[in-house]
Amino acid sequence: MLDLRSQEWLEPFLLSVGALIVALLLFGAFMMLQGIPPLELYSALYIGSFGTRISIENSLTLAAPILLAALCTLIAARVGLLVMGGEGAIVLGGLGAVLVGVALPLSSPLLGSLLCLLAGALFGGLWIAMAGGLKRVRGVNETISTLLLNYIAIAILNHLISGPIRDFSQTLKAQSWSIPSYFMMPNIPGWSVHWGILIGILVCVLLHVLLRHTTFGFSMDVVGGNNRAAQMAGLPITSIVVISCFLGGAAAGLAGAIEVVAVHGAASESLVVGFGYTGILVAFLARQKPLAVIFFALLMGGIAASGGLLQRRFDVPYAATAVLQGMIFLCVLASSALSGRILPERKSK
Amino acid sequence: MTVLPPPTIELRNISKQFGTVRALDAVSARFQSGRVHALLGENGAGKSTLVKCLLGYYRADAGETIVDGRRVAISHPAEAHALGLGMVYQHFTLVPQMTVAENFVLGRGKIPLVVKWKDEQDQLRSFMAGMPFRLDPQRKVSTLAAGEKQKLEILKQLYLGRRFLVLDEPTSVLTPAEADEVLGEMRNLANASKLTVVLITHKFREVEQFAQDVTVLRGGKLAGSVDQKDASKETLATMMFGGGTAEKSRVAKPAAVADGVPYLKIHELIADGDRGTPVLNGVSIDVRPGEIVGVAGVSGNGQKELVEVLAGQRATTSGSILVDRQAFSGTRSEIKRAGVALISEEPLANSAVRTLSVMENLALRQFDEKPLSLAKFFLNRSRLAPFARDLIQRYKVRASSPFVRLDTLSGGNVQRVVLARELSRDVKLLIVQNPCFGLDASAATNIRQQIVDARDRGAAVLLVSEDLDEILEISDRILVLSEGTVSFETSRANAEVYEIGRHMAGAHAA
Ligand SMILES: Nc1ncnc2c1ncn2[C@@H]1O[C@H](COP(=O)(O)OP(=O)(O)OP(=O)(O)O)[C@@H](O)[C@H]1O
Ligand SMILES: [Mg+2]
Repeated sequence: MLDLRSQEWLEPFLLSVGALIVALLLFGAFMMLQGIPPLELYSALYIGSFGTRISIENSLTLAAPILLAALCTLIAARVGLLVMGGEGAIVLGGLGAVLVGVALPLSSPLLGSLLCLLAGALFGGLWIAMAGGLKRVRGVNETISTLLLNYIAIAILNHLISGPIRDFSQTLKAQSWSIPSYFMMPNIPGWSVHWGILIGILVCVLLHVLLRHTTFGFSMDVVGGNNRAAQMAGLPITSIVVISCFLGGAAAGLAGAIEVVAVHGAASESLVVGFGYTGILVAFLARQKPLAVIFFALLMGGIAASGGLLQRRFDVPYAATAVLQGMIFLCVLASSALSGRILPERKSK
Repeated sequence: MTVLPPPTIELRNISKQFGTVRALDAVSARFQSGRVHALLGENGAGKSTLVKCLLGYYRADAGETIVDGRRVAISHPAEAHALGLGMVYQHFTLVPQMTVAENFVLGRGKIPLVVKWKDEQDQLRSFMAGMPFRLDPQRKVSTLAAGEKQKLEILKQLYLGRRFLVLDEPTSVLTPAEADEVLGEMRNLANASKLTVVLITHKFREVEQFAQDVTVLRGGKLAGSVDQKDASKETLATMMFGGGTAEKSRVAKPAAVADGVPYLKIHELIADGDRGTPVLNGVSIDVRPGEIVGVAGVSGNGQKELVEVLAGQRATTSGSILVDRQAFSGTRSEIKRAGVALISEEPLANSAVRTLSVMENLALRQFDEKPLSLAKFFLNRSRLAPFARDLIQRYKVRASSPFVRLDTLSGGNVQRVVLARELSRDVKLLIVQNPCFGLDASAATNIRQQIVDARDRGAAVLLVSEDLDEILEISDRILVLSEGTVSFETSRANAEVYEIGRHMAGAHAA
């Protein structure tokens, strides 16, 4: 019995890892064209991501928002929606954290941080829930609406930090008021890594439990698998879809809030650095399995972290890692075509 | 120019294993050029697997394929196509938003960068002119009736130059008249030495009328090959089911007069079809506890939409549905309170989730109740498998384990999963649509018996079926649905086939 079930995840996992390897090879070839020897490239990639303690710390710090943003796409995908709105939900989450952090008349650091994070989750959740509601009630395509919502979120951010909540004492950069410093999240003792990554992993585990071991998770799979069967079973599809979108948006919103509460202390353009899009990539790599997200988010965090080293050592633009990410994305999409062929006996026609 | 005869194909000792299931065990068969060959066997016997091996969808573990005397190895559908072999599935593979012509071009596989539509259309017209059935190339596929779509699938295969055609249960979505027309033309093409046909079916009538050779599978093994003329229905049934043959249903005795308050009361129901025009035009039906109300009619007169409304899959414009004297809109709590079970046609499309496992599909009705759930919130996964195993055994579902994906089951076994799920509960209202589509004769008898048993236990049963014999066999009251209204009603005692048929057809002509 057990081996049947393990095969269920084995094939997608092999496909994703295979796609990663192919992408790395392509990237090597691409950099070779620019005169960079592949072996040195790979070794720099390794050192920059997981080779030293500092790079590990960087990777973990970057992995946290990527991981949470991935859940935005992942949860919605479980009910059959293709949501690309992680980037916007991060922005909204960051704004939510700032607004609550600034307004709270509280002096308890722990409670303050927690409320900021909750506010971020709430803002991000409502943001994506909106797209889910539009989809169900008015039939608006969720992929397009969430992409547009990203632009709207960024516009809102730019508007707010250039006037209404701008901290005019900061002249170098447009940024919002800062949250009180005692609301800032400390690092994990002994590491220069904030708690974000552990929060993210905890969320993944909770999500795994929700999806696998609750009736709500079961309903989500039915809705995502066949809407008509869900209708016949009398499941409240609209609430299931909207709640799922809320949970996904809340995860990404939490990512934004963590960026504010643990890193920046304020909202600014630094929230818009593509974590949301990398998250989409991770959700695809993980084939919508929350526990696999942990693994692939760490990997992508590592790749992002190595960008600086690549830049310094080989004099290539920082965006070189974006090329790698793009190649990974293409390879993952292409590998889906092989789904059901490498372990063919499991799947029917 | 002399035209070569269509291929003769011989399969020798084909074996195929899926995990622990031996789907085919050294099966041999010979499909003679220019003849119609029926492939029979009970659900899960291996019919679909055999033809999928032949066409390269699966790779057989052992055995050989001989086409016109030459050994060939077909490991991909494209190689089968190159040899002129094609297959028509039970479900449609057309793109509904496109026109007939576009679907033809799409099917060709190699599509030029710029399609010269004028040329294509002319070519299509001249092709159609030589064909037994015709379709307007400009029509959108979504406007075609089921029979026309099936014809289009077949035409597409012929257009692509296929000269050996496998039809896997092609008639389950067709009315008997449509089925006769389609199969009759297939037979004509075979007689004209244009085509070799393999027909997979559960309907003995079609075998008698259209097939020349018969091969029977049982439990993945060859049970025998005979000439159709030498094979009576009884011998074929014995070959299919082994010694025991199909169990005869106890003739359904009419229910003790069912009177009293209707358990299901549909009143003046109006609803739109897929094209946004009204398809149900004021349907009123009462079903009392302990009676089976059969709804007969030619498909396309609102049956599908009626069942969809009851399944919560279609919005209504006006009218009301009362179940147990309370308004019913298909929410989960209403379904549970009123004890509603629903068996609709095409389970993979309408009532089951192909990507989930057999056990999850079996749990769809009860996953939020004890013992599968704790406090309605947690799902007790460890209870799913035993729960499913029990149903799998009681309803004789052929599945290697409860954990396998639903779509690895044979067509008939998917149907059994849905039947098991729906009938194993305490049912007070049973809505059934074409329950025997895709089932072998013995399973069909068994299901009808179970429907009768549910009625005898006091359930109100609404049976929507395109099979008039089925309706006459088990209904207590018979209605005819025509153009979206109930045009005729009779008790079973007074039922006259002629009269019912007249009302069914009347709608058609009008
Ligand atoms: N892809 C698959 N993976 C695992 N088992 C399979 C797969 N395809 C078929 N089987 C099993 O092989 C057996 C034969 O199935 P097949 O579909 O050939 O039956 P069939 O004769 O076409 O039945 P039906 O009349 O119900 O369509 C069944 O037990 C089925 O569960
Ligand atoms: Mg079959």
